[in-house]
Amino acid sequence: MSTNGHTNGHGTPLPMTKKDFSSDQETRWCPGCGDYAILATVQSLMPELGVPPERTVFISGIGCAGRFVYYMDTYGMHSIHGRAPALATGLAVSRPELSVWVVTGDGDSLSIGGNHLIHALRRNVPIKILLFNNQIYGLTKGQYSPTSEQGKVTKSTPFGSQDHPFNPLALALGAEATFVARAVDTDRGHVADVLRAAAQHKGASFVEIYQNCNVFNDGAFDALREKEPRKRNMIMLEAGQPIRFGEDNERGVVHRPDGSLEIVDVADVGEEALVIHDPEHRDPSLAFALAHLAERPIGPTPVGVFRSVSRPVYAEGLYDELEEARNSVGDEELHELLTGGDAWTVPAA
Amino acid sequence: MQLAGSRFTDATAMLGNDLATLPDFPAEIRAPAGTLHGVSAFQIHFASRDILTPGDHPNVLVAMNPAALKTNLAALEKGGTIVANEDAFTDNNLRKAGYQANPLEDGSLDDYQLFRVPMTTMTVRATEGIEGIMAKDQQRTKNVFALGLLSWMYGRPTEITVEWIEKKFAGNPGIRDANLNAFRAGYNFGETAELLAVHYEVKPAPVEPGTYRNINGTSATAMGLIAASVKSGLRMVYASYPITPASELLHELSRHKRFGVRTMQAEDEIAAAGMVVGAAFGGSLGVTASSGPGLDLKAETIGLGVMLELPMVIVDVQRAGPSTGMPTKTEQGDLMLAMYGRHGESPLPIVAAYTPGQCFDAAIEAVRIAVKYRTPVILLTDTFLANSSEPWRLPDVSQIPPIDPRFATGPNGEDGAFLPYLRDENLARPWAVPGTPGLRHRIGGLEKQHETGNISYDPTNHALMTRLRAEKVAKVADDMPPLEVDHEDGAEVLVLGWGSSYGSIRAAVRRVRMKGRKVASAHLFHLNPLPHDLEEVLRSYRKVIVPEMNMGQLVKIIRAEYLVDAESVTKVEGLPFFADELEAAILEHA
Repeated sequence: MSTNGHTNGHGTPLPMTKKDFSSDQETRWCPGCGDYAILATVQSLMPELGVPPERTVFISGIGCAGRFVYYMDTYGMHSIHGRAPALATGLAVSRPELSVWVVTGDGDSLSIGGNHLIHALRRNVPIKILLFNNQIYGLTKGQYSPTSEQGKVTKSTPFGSQDHPFNPLALALGAEATFVARAVDTDRGHVADVLRAAAQHKGASFVEIYQNCNVFNDGAFDALREKEPRKRNMIMLEAGQPIRFGEDNERGVVHRPDGSLEIVDVADVGEEALVIHDPEHRDPSLAFALAHLAERPIGPTPVGVFRSVSRPVYAEGLYDELEEARNSVGDEELHELLTGGDAWTVPAA
Repeated sequence: MQLAGSRFTDATAMLGNDLATLPDFPAEIRAPAGTLHGVSAFQIHFASRDILTPGDHPNVLVAMNPAALKTNLAALEKGGTIVANEDAFTDNNLRKAGYQANPLEDGSLDDYQLFRVPMTTMTVRATEGIEGIMAKDQQRTKNVFALGLLSWMYGRPTEITVEWIEKKFAGNPGIRDANLNAFRAGYNFGETAELLAVHYEVKPAPVEPGTYRNINGTSATAMGLIAASVKSGLRMVYASYPITPASELLHELSRHKRFGVRTMQAEDEIAAAGMVVGAAFGGSLGVTASSGPGLDLKAETIGLGVMLELPMVIVDVQRAGPSTGMPTKTEQGDLMLAMYGRHGESPLPIVAAYTPGQCFDAAIEAVRIAVKYRTPVILLTDTFLANSSEPWRLPDVSQIPPIDPRFATGPNGEDGAFLPYLRDENLARPWAVPGTPGLRHRIGGLEKQHETGNISYDPTNHALMTRLRAEKVAKVADDMPPLEVDHEDGAEVLVLGWGSSYGSIRAAVRRVRMKGRKVASAHLFHLNPLPHDLEEVLRSYRKVIVPEMNMGQLVKIIRAEYLVDAESVTKVEGLPFFADELEAAILEHA
């Protein structure tokens, strides 16, 4: 049982609760922001992960998502724009016993910090990256982001943006990420499931969370958040299960002869024709095709764990070796090092 | 040629001569042979007395081809000795070097002692018949032939070079034997050839008793950092991105797993600085290094370090700028960048190493300040310090003072509260690392409330925090010993320097004094803050001269801080000062 270090008066440790992970700082996101739901989910999930708050670290960059760390009563750092994965790398490799989480946004991790994101994923650094994707720059008051749709009209693009957007999951898969998942901010149970899996994954986990910005980009994810459309559009990926969805599970995903994916009526093809979801497959092709099944989250869109494979964790095992080495050296070894093998001695005259 | 130079240096050091070296090579890895821009040179100055600089004007020039002769002849002393590989003075090579006629034959070198040696031919002959050796490999060993020849000329011991070749090429017997043969052939040629009627004997220099080794600035920096890690008990996390000349430090440190050194090659300069901040947050000794362009990129992250008040060291191996500039050439152009190259009021301590061996002390001092005051510290070295070498007397490691990280272990506020920005007597804040129960806290780049560390936009709080950060850095001067001034009675002129010009300044001052003129000199180890007594020192001289390998950066600080009418002497040629240049500059004022 995980405990919070306090006892009930009879010496029995009390289990950790959401309160142990909630700081006393007043949350300052706009009323109605999707970040509130994510925060509540994370604070509730933390106790069951079994890592005490003092061994948990949240690191964020700049943007609305960056404020997240102030509301978690763990160790935390609100760093600079885009650099959180690099900072987290430095921390995680030097303190592997810590549980290190990165909270970032679409501008923070896909624009100014794109390089650090792909390299953290490539290296498979033991950190968990939560990308709050609202497809807009919120803190700077409404410019288009690297995930905004082409033609997006914003303050900085009054005639519509010219940029083709990133597909964050496809990018992460392209960077050889070993754990790639997606969830929707208000689906608290599902967000918790995905984050639990992310926390258990060895190596870098990448979770895109669709997060509604009700001020600058309201409704971007209505197809998945609103009660009626979500019944038609939410494709819940479950390992080992045929990929099907719809109000009566009447639709499904099949492979075309060329290997690409297609959405069909199950009645037309039969259940046995459906693709069975396999996030542990070495080959990322299915995950990649699923990431591209919905180019925009405006129709049927997969959520859940796209990929979860095992690959050597960055510098795993090296830590113990280095610590052991470090603890066994002193003045004598230092002197030997300085001598360098080819020193000479000048005797006193 | 760099290899031949460093082998000669090691043999010279082992012999007990004092020495200083100046490697000078192009940025291109395989610059076209025979062209003027492709010349790779290695200069060494050694003597039976103490040596301060690599020398202004060498006595002997070994020219392996016409381009090497052309680019280096101007530096050779008049009447000096030229040893030329005459085989390389072909029409093609002469044309590449821009010679109309062969200088070995047209009388243009009549003022010099010229020795023509068919090095290529003799090397090829000496390496014939070795199994597994191609004609190309035979030719390549001609530098080792030259090394053998020079070793004879100056009576260098051969065993150390022979041993080195045997070890270096142990895995390739063909190459090993070719190098050994070439080396011996060169040595024997010197001994038997009548045309080289010069043989010098340079006796060991009288030096302080102790254990010595030959060391360059890069190795000394690495060892200083490792020593600081051992003395603080902090694990070292070193992250950097490849850049000339700072990469050498990454190579050097990555060899020392035995001391628990964790090195990381980051995806870019910014990430390297970021990894170091992350490591520092976790309670490690975070160190990154770069050269000019890389330091530009790290600026924002260093600013975060200033705001977070976490210890870390940033080594800047300065090189000639701006932009890519001259990556393999030296300069002291980054002092202003180190001082002011961050937005906002963002002061941090700066130390500058001044000889190759002294990089060891400088690295330890940088770590000591960083840990004691919880701040990023910039350690300035430069290309010249990093690459050049000198005999270094090993410190007694037991005498290196420990560095106490003083990690926070418990609450420091009322009712068990933890105040991450409650300062100690040094104005330093607690270093509370993740994993410590009861000290959970959040920090970041936003302005913080005094003591609590909570986000604050309060105007008076920002003013207070800005002043506290500045005062904290200023307090570093409280630890400094009085500035050492090399004064002589009656001197009215002070030469004030910093960084790698130390040797040139000392040599120039010595020469000026030999001419009967009075002059004093002082060298700054700490550039920020400056020593408390600097103003008093400056004011006790009629004239202050500040030589720098830049356009005058320290001099601006001196003038601004103290309203002293200091005079600037500058050099921006990618090369260290020559002692005679500084001698002339000082004589103008003394």
